[in-house]
Amino acid sequence: MVLVLALGDLHIPHRASDLPTKFKSMLVPGKIQHIICTGNLCIKEIHDYLKSLCPDLHISRGEYDEDARYPESKTLTIGQFKLGVCHGHQVPGHPMGDLDSLAMLQRQLDVDILITGHTHQFKAYKHEGGVVINPGSATGAYSSITNDVNPSFVLMDIDGLRVVVYVYELIDGEVKVDKIDFKKTSTTASAH
Amino acid sequence: MLAEVGREDEEKWLAEGIAGLQQNAYYMGRALDTNNLRDALKYSAQMLSELRTSKLSPHKYYELYMRAFDELRKLEMYFKEETRRGVSITDLYELVQHAGNVLPRLYLLCTVGSVYITSKEAPAKDVLKDLVEMCRAIQNPVSGLFLRSYLSQISRDKLPDIGSEYEGDADSVIDAVDFVLQNFTEMNKLWVRMQYQGHVHEREKREKERNELRDLVGKNLHVLSQLESVDLVMYKETVLPRILEQVVNCKDDLAQYYLMDCIIQVFPDEYHLQTLETLLGACPQLQPTVDIKTVLGRLMDRLSNYAASSGEVLPEFLQVEAFSKLSTAIGKVIEAQVDMPIVGAITLYVSLLTFTLRVHPDRLDYVDQVLGACVKKLSGKAKLEDSKATKQIVALLSAPLEKYNDIVTALKLPNYPRVMDHLDNETNKIMAVVIIQSIMKNNTCISTADKVEALFELIKGLIRDTDGGAFDEVDEEDFKEEQNSVARLIHMLHNDDPAEMLQIISTVRKHILLGGSKRLPFTVPPLIFSALKLVRRLQIQAGDVGEDAPTTPKKIFLILNQTIEALSAVPSPELALRLYLQCAEAANDCDLEPVAYEFFTQAFILYEEEVADSKAQVTAIHLIIGTLQRMNVFGVENRDTLTHKATGYSAKLLKKPDQCRAVYACSHLFSVDDQDGIKDGERVLLCLKRALRIANAAQQMANVTRGGSGPVTLFIEILNKYLYFFENGNPQITSSVIQDLIELIMTETQSESTAADPSAIAFFNSTQRYIRFQKQKGGALGEKYEPIRV
Repeated sequence: MVLVLALGDLHIPHRASDLPTKFKSMLVPGKIQHIICTGNLCIKEIHDYLKSLCPDLHISRGEYDEDARYPESKTLTIGQFKLGVCHGHQVPGHPMGDLDSLAMLQRQLDVDILITGHTHQFKAYKHEGGVVINPGSATGAYSSITNDVNPSFVLMDIDGLRVVVYVYELIDGEVKVDKIDFKKTSTTASAH
Repeated sequence: MLAEVGREDEEKWLAEGIAGLQQNAYYMGRALDTNNLRDALKYSAQMLSELRTSKLSPHKYYELYMRAFDELRKLEMYFKEETRRGVSITDLYELVQHAGNVLPRLYLLCTVGSVYITSKEAPAKDVLKDLVEMCRAIQNPVSGLFLRSYLSQISRDKLPDIGSEYEGDADSVIDAVDFVLQNFTEMNKLWVRMQYQGHVHEREKREKERNELRDLVGKNLHVLSQLESVDLVMYKETVLPRILEQVVNCKDDLAQYYLMDCIIQVFPDEYHLQTLETLLGACPQLQPTVDIKTVLGRLMDRLSNYAASSGEVLPEFLQVEAFSKLSTAIGKVIEAQVDMPIVGAITLYVSLLTFTLRVHPDRLDYVDQVLGACVKKLSGKAKLEDSKATKQIVALLSAPLEKYNDIVTALKLPNYPRVMDHLDNETNKIMAVVIIQSIMKNNTCISTADKVEALFELIKGLIRDTDGGAFDEVDEEDFKEEQNSVARLIHMLHNDDPAEMLQIISTVRKHILLGGSKRLPFTVPPLIFSALKLVRRLQIQAGDVGEDAPTTPKKIFLILNQTIEALSAVPSPELALRLYLQCAEAANDCDLEPVAYEFFTQAFILYEEEVADSKAQVTAIHLIIGTLQRMNVFGVENRDTLTHKATGYSAKLLKKPDQCRAVYACSHLFSVDDQDGIKDGERVLLCLKRALRIANAAQQMANVTRGGSGPVTLFIEILNKYLYFFENGNPQITSSVIQDLIELIMTETQSESTAADPSAIAFFNSTQRYIRFQKQKGGALGEKYEPIRV
């Protein structure tokens, strides 16, 4: 059982002052093995905070990030899964024709699980034998693309060929949890 | 060396004293066993003579005294036995006075006196009065203190207190008090006299010795506090005034400090409340070197705890006007002690404030009064330099924040900002950060423009340069942190009413525009987004709002435009460009075509004139393309102009691969429904073909310059774009077009000059897999894909 935290688009301090208190109390150091961040933190303080939760931190660059050295995209392998992360502001056509424009990115990175952000809207779906996850905005930050943004983040539990995606959303002051199951059909990439 | 010798000598003398004492005690014991009273008295007097020494320090003297004390208990018991056997106590009392030396005589008298009182043959008060007076004969401080201490010890359980068996007639109640008070007074005099003995350079040693003896003096106050007869009335009218009289008159700072503290610790808080005026009245009369602020601080602490102990005592505080008395007393002390350093005065005010917050938390006027007194003390002086004093002021200002957990309450205190004004720049900023942190921690929402104004005035040290010049010394990391806190703060300012919210935004804007070019990149973005949130709220609100309404999106966009413009002073073109695009999108959602167009214009101008770095240009053009693609408010003409510009800039990027990617990104711009509902398939294809040409050129360049092949990836990316539009029903993109491209890529990947590029190969493979996947799907899509061979 490997726990991977996926979050992004915090936009601190441009669009939000801090993570919601209820989220902060849930995110405790030592419980998570990897963190994947879609970008737009935006400042070093937040980078340091995430690092304190888990030293294995992977970040892709968002267009407002203070640190310009984050990579445009990153891939890594966790267990049987190949994961890729990219903020998404660079993807043409996105979010219109959402699925299809992200599909190219998924093929290009050749990953099982693609994690992107930018829209501040949680999404998790199967696409062409892979999974696309958008953890939304962890602070519920303003987005020009999405109207009503609820703070959200994702926790993935990777176990063998199976990944359970837990999404935590803060709605009207309460944390609501939902889960989605995905199974990889073989050990080679993208089988049908 | 000298001290060493002294100590060795002392040990020797003590040993000698103990030896002498024990020897005489032994003989005294023998005499008692054989009922030889005369001898017993003789030896006991000799034993007690050891206490006549003046060679021992109090610490060592005490050891001798304790042994004598124990031996005298045996004597006392014998006396008791004797009186039971019929010996007259008055005879005994007279007999012991034959002892040669005064000190042993008095010890023996006290011992007999104790038995005398127990026998009840004379009223306790008479015996006690006699004894306390006779002890005057000993004026040597150490011997005298211990003698009187002995008197106090043995009389303790025999005082004619209320309810005691020794209580005499009605008047004698005061006699117990009188006795103890007199003993106390004489002991204090002896204690003070110690200060003047010996050489001047031995002062430190003397003070140390005095401190060792202080509890002997203080014990008397303890005894007084335990007497039943000392009720509030007795305390107020007799006990306290007499004690204070001695305290003030002795004019000794060591005694004064200790005794004031003793009074406060020993007597009940209820008494202190009721005698506050008297107690505080003594303070200015004390020696100027007495650390009265510590004493007052302790008094206020005790009273605060008393108040906290039960809600029922609170009215008492009001009734005795505790606050005003303390406040006046402190004022007087500060005035009287002219040389008191500023940190002393501030510390006093901190104690008073703590007291006020605990006892009268609802009385903001009291809190403000304390701050005001502080302001008065600080005014007329230059800004504080003393770090201890500034620390105390930070404590002073933090106390209300911590108590009320709500900056809004602190904002109501008119003297609060005035105190802050007296801090040096550095500390002022620290305090401002403390304030912001308090707001963040408590999730306080500041909800009116007035409060925001007051708040920003308070934290002005962070918002702008005050008394310039000091700015250059600021550490960059610290500066960033400070400004980021201000940025975060801006999100805590909110009101649901749009008109009020707009006022808040305007107020913040007014302040941050004074911040100078170093601060704007931090403070402008949060304000912009705060305003955009307001726009969205207005948009959602149903109903048509007339043009004359106070708050319309249009008005806000005007403010936004002007605010982003301020970034040109920094200059911060990339940030400004992003913000213009955000505003354009928001204007799009409000259906304001001209406003959206204007924002795009500004973004393009910045791109043209200010964004010089090639990497920054790539990101910027993609942002422009992405945003433009989402616009649906533009008419054909406007849309065409902007699209044309975007495509043009894409083709002019420095590096060929970047050009290629930007150009094919533009293909999406042509894919938007125009007003006739027709997607311009032709122009999409043209765009993609252009991208293809650029990719070819890039290939050739790579051949020439590197001798190897170039970016096959570009072709694969373009292929994927073809597939996207193919699936989307673009009639211009046919399966044969796609087939051609696939062939091209296959040729490239198989040619020898292709450097093995695993990621490109993988990409192509996954693309091919995708095509196969679609073919297998069947249905309309499968049919479409049918002709394509992979």
